[in-house]
Amino acid sequence: MKKALIALAVIIIICAGWFAMKPASGPSANADTIKIGVYLPITGGNAVGGGLELDGVNLAYEEQKEVLGKKIELIVVDNKSDKVEAANAVKRLISKEKVNAIVGTYGSSLAMAGGDVAEKNGIPMVGTSCTNPMVTQGKKYSFRVAFIDPFQGAGASQYALDELKAKTAACLIEVTTDYSVGLASFFEDHFTKNGGKIVAKLNYQSGDQDFTAQLTEIISKNPDVLYIPANFAEAAIIMRQARELGAKFEILGGDATDNPEIVKIAGKACEGYSFTTFAYAPEMPEMNETQKAFTESWKKLYKDKLPNALAACGYDAYSIIIDAIKRAGSAEPEKIQEALAKTVDFPGVTGKTTINATHDAEKSIGIMRIVGGERKFYKVVDPK
Amino acid sequence: MSFAMFIQHVFNALSLGSLYGLIAIGYTMVYGILRLINFAHGDIFMVSTYIVLFCVTLFHLPWGVAVLVTIAGTALFGVVIDRIAYRPLRSAPRISALISAIGVSFFIENICIVLFTGVPRSMDSVRNELLVRTIKLGSVSITPLAVFVPVCSFLLVAGLMWMLYKTKPGLAMRAISKDIETTRLMGVKVDSIIALTFAIGSGLAAAAGIMWGMRYPQINPFMGVMPGFKAFIAAVFGGIGSVQGAMAGGLILGFVEIMIVAFFPELSGYRDAFAFVLLILVLFVRPTGLFGEELEDKI
Repeated sequence: MKKALIALAVIIIICAGWFAMKPASGPSANADTIKIGVYLPITGGNAVGGGLELDGVNLAYEEQKEVLGKKIELIVVDNKSDKVEAANAVKRLISKEKVNAIVGTYGSSLAMAGGDVAEKNGIPMVGTSCTNPMVTQGKKYSFRVAFIDPFQGAGASQYALDELKAKTAACLIEVTTDYSVGLASFFEDHFTKNGGKIVAKLNYQSGDQDFTAQLTEIISKNPDVLYIPANFAEAAIIMRQARELGAKFEILGGDATDNPEIVKIAGKACEGYSFTTFAYAPEMPEMNETQKAFTESWKKLYKDKLPNALAACGYDAYSIIIDAIKRAGSAEPEKIQEALAKTVDFPGVTGKTTINATHDAEKSIGIMRIVGGERKFYKVVDPK
Repeated sequence: MSFAMFIQHVFNALSLGSLYGLIAIGYTMVYGILRLINFAHGDIFMVSTYIVLFCVTLFHLPWGVAVLVTIAGTALFGVVIDRIAYRPLRSAPRISALISAIGVSFFIENICIVLFTGVPRSMDSVRNELLVRTIKLGSVSITPLAVFVPVCSFLLVAGLMWMLYKTKPGLAMRAISKDIETTRLMGVKVDSIIALTFAIGSGLAAAAGIMWGMRYPQINPFMGVMPGFKAFIAAVFGGIGSVQGAMAGGLILGFVEIMIVAFFPELSGYRDAFAFVLLILVLFVRPTGLFGEELEDKI
């Protein structure tokens, strides 16, 4: 009798364990909810950019909480601006949370680390503002709503040649980030191909705060333009030190400096600074319908914040996934991947977006300039 | 390279080097007395920049008062760290205190992320306009700050030397660095003197932090890591335990870093690597550093 009771108890425990495990191991596509994972730098060096993009993702989620009659669950994980943490975040989203698709991230190095994990597990991922070509290179499941660095570096060079009438340029590069190195090399290619000359190329490392030696060297070469594809905090102190050392040249940067904080840190030193970014700004003169709608609903949700291009990228990344799910008629990761690859003229906030053969977005580039301490949308450039 | 450019580089190096030197003194003083590498020192430096920022922006203290409050506050912070994290381990093996120091360092960094967020903050409000406008001397552009930083650093070091060699607490400090137990037997309050050491080291780190913040006006919770390492290298290079050595080491490191970029622009990305190569070379060739004394084994 006693033995039989024990045997029964063991069977019950095993069965209970079996049932308890069942739902967790079941395929997520059959569940009542569709899970969209988000990994962004909410702390660390890229926290400002990550935070802005998260605002955009949240706004898109508020507008579209359901697809194919199922509820969407948004799961946000902080990648702490760190490559290892980014890979861990994606691992967690896939194996623990069982997401159907992933949005993220700001920062090319982070997106590459995360993209490798998503690729292995066959979960589609849509990058927000990561612009280095290698993010999607040779990857089936990585996409992005951002243009790539060749496009952006070439855009900056086109602007330097046409608008600033520059003949010589210098680059100050953060050698430890793929973003900065990539942007600078494409700027250089385009600039020299179109008759310009690079007179100085200097490097620094992430975390450096003293740029006086590099800048003294650059100033001695007297270029027309200094190109600094840096993060906003570094760009701001580079500009400060450059102006303190008496630099007169124009300074040009990339989308990582598209951040209101730059004016606070650089003060008067960033006057006239221009940078390439995504072609959306709340004050841009000619807005299309999508941009108007985004600006309106932003103002309703976030009363004390201004809409911005990075938030628009976050918004677009989420929306393009939902669009793909609708077109696929399924939230199966495989199906989402197929539909994403076929995206043509998706009406995004940052311009009409077509996903090309390399899974990158083809769209225009915006140029912004800091005038009187305010970031002003200057014009849209299509690099040749 | 033109002469004017060289002078420009010298000014850049002088202010960078003297800041490294000021931070290095904190490492060297604590090591001299306790044989402990206080890895939290770079983070004490970081905390001081936040204190001065909040003094100015939140409490609207005038610049001079804010500087004094910051130095006092940071000194107190250093003493508290010693009281909580190191003093209970005074008789434990040296490695325990070292591990405790690494723990304190991570703790401070992360608590600052929680309190102040990871977003870099502008130090613009702390910058004194008199010190940061550009003055042209021929083709050399300098800010008064570039002169103010080294001068201020040398004055502080001179004050510290006077304290060490001409006052009773200074005598006690030098005695403790020779033999802690015997000094205790002589009736010196060892724990108070050690607390004083932490206070002075942290106060100097605060002075460096304020000047650093004015020169590189962007602060974040991890900003202390790299300057901390560099200052550590400076301290080892100058001979750890020696105050003059720390200042000399800081200046030499500053000059090496700037001149590497000045003479070999294509190597500019390896600037930090040179600092660490310097550390390895010093440890190979002359482990006691420039001014370091040969360590005799204590019986």
